[in-house]
Amino acid sequence: MTKYIIQRVLVSIPIFFGITVIVYALYALAPGDPLAMLLGERAMLEMTAEEIEAARESLGLNDPWHERYFDWFSRAIRGDLGYPLTGGYTVMELLQQRIGPTLLLMATAFVVSLLVGVPMGIVMALKQYSWIDYLVTVLAFAQLSIPSFFLALGAMYVFSLKLDVFPTSGLQTIGAPFSLWDRIHHLIMPSFILAAYFAGVWARYTRSSMLETMHLEFVTTARAKGLRERVVVVRHALRNALLPMITVASLSLGHLLGGSIIIETIFQWPGLGMLGWQATLNREYPILMGIILIASTTVLASNLLADILYAVVDPRIRYN
Amino acid sequence: MTNALQAEQKLRVDTPARRALRRFTRHRLAMLGLGVLLILVALAVLAPAVAPHSPTKQELSLYRKPPNQDHWLGTDTFGRDVFTRLIYAGRVSLSVGLVAVGIYETIAILLGAVAGYYGSKVDWVIMRAVDVVMTIPTMIVIIFLVSILGPSMYNSMLAIGIMGWPEPTRLVRGQILSLREMDYVTAARSLGLPTYRIILRHVLPGVVAPLVVHATFGVAGAILLEAGLSFLGLGVPPPTPSWGNMMSSAQTLNILERVPWLWVPPGIAIMLSVLSINFIGDGLRDALDPRGMETG
Repeated sequence: MTKYIIQRVLVSIPIFFGITVIVYALYALAPGDPLAMLLGERAMLEMTAEEIEAARESLGLNDPWHERYFDWFSRAIRGDLGYPLTGGYTVMELLQQRIGPTLLLMATAFVVSLLVGVPMGIVMALKQYSWIDYLVTVLAFAQLSIPSFFLALGAMYVFSLKLDVFPTSGLQTIGAPFSLWDRIHHLIMPSFILAAYFAGVWARYTRSSMLETMHLEFVTTARAKGLRERVVVVRHALRNALLPMITVASLSLGHLLGGSIIIETIFQWPGLGMLGWQATLNREYPILMGIILIASTTVLASNLLADILYAVVDPRIRYN
Repeated sequence: MTNALQAEQKLRVDTPARRALRRFTRHRLAMLGLGVLLILVALAVLAPAVAPHSPTKQELSLYRKPPNQDHWLGTDTFGRDVFTRLIYAGRVSLSVGLVAVGIYETIAILLGAVAGYYGSKVDWVIMRAVDVVMTIPTMIVIIFLVSILGPSMYNSMLAIGIMGWPEPTRLVRGQILSLREMDYVTAARSLGLPTYRIILRHVLPGVVAPLVVHATFGVAGAILLEAGLSFLGLGVPPPTPSWGNMMSSAQTLNILERVPWLWVPPGIAIMLSVLSINFIGDGLRDALDPRGMETG
């Protein structure tokens, strides 16, 4: 087991370096003078050509690209991701402010998608080829096919503008003190809409995984022992059918983050997604780099965790 | 004599391709999807002939008119006919989907074939690159790329194409790894055929079926991505209509509440096309893979 964990960690190291190289390459591709990004356009206009050249030299902008990359890397790994063009915060401070709301939104959406999707999949598998199977299949495909922003606009139209039961935007009522109910009230629409797509994914996976498992011999054995069907389905089939989903869950993390850009922008939810969107509009590339770096590292870590967890619950993996 | 003839005919009829076609045509949802998609494609291709008005000509006297006899889906802020723009937008959205997937499946075939066939160090490098790109959240990097390259239809195709290749590369590689152990490939090699010929003629055809299924779902995903980009104003720039950018004006509550004919029709169009393509993909998977239980 220890050997397996060490092996997985070792494989992650080159992937982490690969991520940093790509993030840096994106930055290098971005238009605009890095000096202007560091000093500001106006400051540069007041400088002579020699002063600009001296500034370039002292900031290391004339160094070959690999030296600049290592310089950036060694600062990034210590948490120094640079400064955005506006505002008094460092990129790291901005990320720290915004990561909380995003985590809350993603975690809620993740739980909701499981609670909706897995039962859908179980129902489809147990009633394979019946009209319920068809109906839920169509529903699951609809969840996979509806653009999240269309669903968001529709939900806003119905629940905020017509029925007036949920607020259209924000983390909480403006000016009101923090209250848990207020937060939940604001969280419901964005998290359910973000969850819709993944509920479809879970439903499809659960269905096929359950169908595969239901045909395995240990399930037949459980039936032959005379166990009640409910026990066979829940304790024997479902538990094993859900195992491969550890991997799917960790893969969905990146998609959830991507989806949160659109959802946070529509609902004015002040998380990383909305920050990334504003950074794109203002061409604040250091912020975008920071978001991509944090997000990728999180996904990498969760993939590693999923691999290890999977090996813990399924011994076949670590002996392979 | 007649019996033998009948038996032979029966044999000829039941090729694997025919069996796959039969399974596909029996898939009700796939046939429904195919029907809807054909209508959408026909409308898009024949747009100049079918559309009742001009997609870009502005008529300020027709400011946000609700649906009526002359303008079935009403008019937008610039007095343009929404139905006409919807049809023209189909051209953009569907072609972005197709081209983006074409780009990344091509990359995937090349990289996957090289990794799978040569193995060892080449394989290791390519598969780590796959891991790296798969770890980076796609949507954020696509937004970054489009903001660097500038919003345009071709840049959307390119950005989606650049980020989509890891998953099909894995698929191609895995398929090739299992195919190259097959006896008929060993036979081809012992006959002294050159490597590129073995890859092209004997191994790649076995990769096609799963790749077609993957590409079908890929087109659906790419249409959703493009719609999202255009909705955010990073995809296809106006005045060219795309389903996503037709909806961006609904980000203001006033339009969302009072002018629903601006954002509901394109939303339904995206959903219908993506749903149809997903149904077709589901049918293809059942048809092309007899073991067919895998979901993606």
